[in-house]
Amino acid sequence: MKKEKKGWKDLPIGLVLEAGTSQEFETGDWRSDKPVWDSKKCTHCMICWIYCPDSAIIVKDGKVQGIDYRYCKGCGICAEECPPKVKAITMVREEK
Amino acid sequence: MNKNIVVARTGNEAMAEAMRQINPDVVAAYPITPATEVVQLFASFVADGQVTTEFVPAESEHSALSACVGASSAGARVMTSTSSQGLALMHEILFIAGGLRLPIVICLVNRSLSSPINIHCDHSDSLASRDSGWLQIFTENTQEAYDSTIMAVKIAEEALMPVMVTTDGFIISHGMERVELVDDKEVPKWLGERVVKNSLLDLDHPITLGALDLQDYYFEHKRSQIDAMDHVLPIIDKAQNDFAKEFGRHYPILEEYKMDDAEVAILAMGSTGGTAKVAVERMRENGKKVGLIRCRVYRPFPREAMLKALTKVNVVGIMDRADTLSSMGGHLYNDCRSVLYDSNTKPILKNYVYGLGGRDISIEEIESIYEELLAFKKTGKVDKDIAYYGVRGE
Repeated sequence: MKKEKKGWKDLPIGLVLEAGTSQEFETGDWRSDKPVWDSKKCTHCMICWIYCPDSAIIVKDGKVQGIDYRYCKGCGICAEECPPKVKAITMVREEK
Repeated sequence: MNKNIVVARTGNEAMAEAMRQINPDVVAAYPITPATEVVQLFASFVADGQVTTEFVPAESEHSALSACVGASSAGARVMTSTSSQGLALMHEILFIAGGLRLPIVICLVNRSLSSPINIHCDHSDSLASRDSGWLQIFTENTQEAYDSTIMAVKIAEEALMPVMVTTDGFIISHGMERVELVDDKEVPKWLGERVVKNSLLDLDHPITLGALDLQDYYFEHKRSQIDAMDHVLPIIDKAQNDFAKEFGRHYPILEEYKMDDAEVAILAMGSTGGTAKVAVERMRENGKKVGLIRCRVYRPFPREAMLKALTKVNVVGIMDRADTLSSMGGHLYNDCRSVLYDSNTKPILKNYVYGLGGRDISIEEIESIYEELLAFKKTGKVDKDIAYYGVRGE
């Protein structure tokens, strides 16, 4: 996804960018801990989806499908907010 | 040529009249002496239904200019007015309007900055904002203030840069003069509609504006702004020529008055230009060949025209109505020394910092400065580089 950076003559006047450029900014690169979602434990309460600051909880037809690791920064809020009796999300160290 | 209507107006009234005729989409303002009347009168035009402007009485100048930035980003034609501390409070937002290339126009009434607190004229407020990416026009009288306010809208929108049109506090703002007004219908006709390329309110073509811009792009964006400043003088010139063609009054970027055969000259900005013209006339009646250079457009600095004007004479007295507080004298003086650095022929310069806090400068005082400059011409040197003129205890 590396884009050639533009020179100053090619920039639009006045700091105008296209809308929705955060999509191009894959904040998943920042992650040191990774949330792992367990489909068997999940009750689909959507609390993680509400709290995720990066809209990285993938939902389809009202059901959680998993985590979008392109944007998940690994902040751990989803794991923290997942109800204590459910605990469907656990944080795991990223290792390569 | 259109018929002009002759009226008596103060500088503030004339700027408010110009704003009424422009009928901007949005005016957001907070009143401050001596600019208060500009928006006070404009508010009554709004209340009386003479304009269709959305008027936003903000809770501070910082908010006023912020509202202007929002409205201008949405594509509106936007104006405001302020002075001194008000402009200082706008300082942060001045740079944002400049960087976002928003064509906002400020009717600025020059007033000293605190401390000590003072409500009268000097140029410390506008000159402290000279590096904010705004074009700055210093007017000499009420007529020029009125005409420049109208031209500023055209210049701003052509150049996509914000413009400050300044008058000297009380001297112009509250001094009543004969003014020729353009017919109400002609002003909007001459200006046309603002052409908007990107609007925050255009939901079919959404944009991101003013995003975080770090090491990777900040420099490129600033470079493009610098380039715009490098190329804006022809745009100003064109607007001034178009205005002259339509309404009969022509303004230069840099005014030369009786410079063709002058031996010494004074360089000044604002109302002092008018006072100096009378002094020039009187000196010439006595056979003394003196001239005046008046810097009307101060930002961008008209370096080529300035170099040409300065090198016409042997001695120039540079009149600065503010000090840079840098042990280097006034703003104009420093700009001119820089302009002259590469020139083979250089006049000798003396900087007269004068009129701080509204201290009056008379025709006789300017004549005495001309006499001093003529004496320097004989000796070939000035007594000192920087003088504080009209202050007690020197």
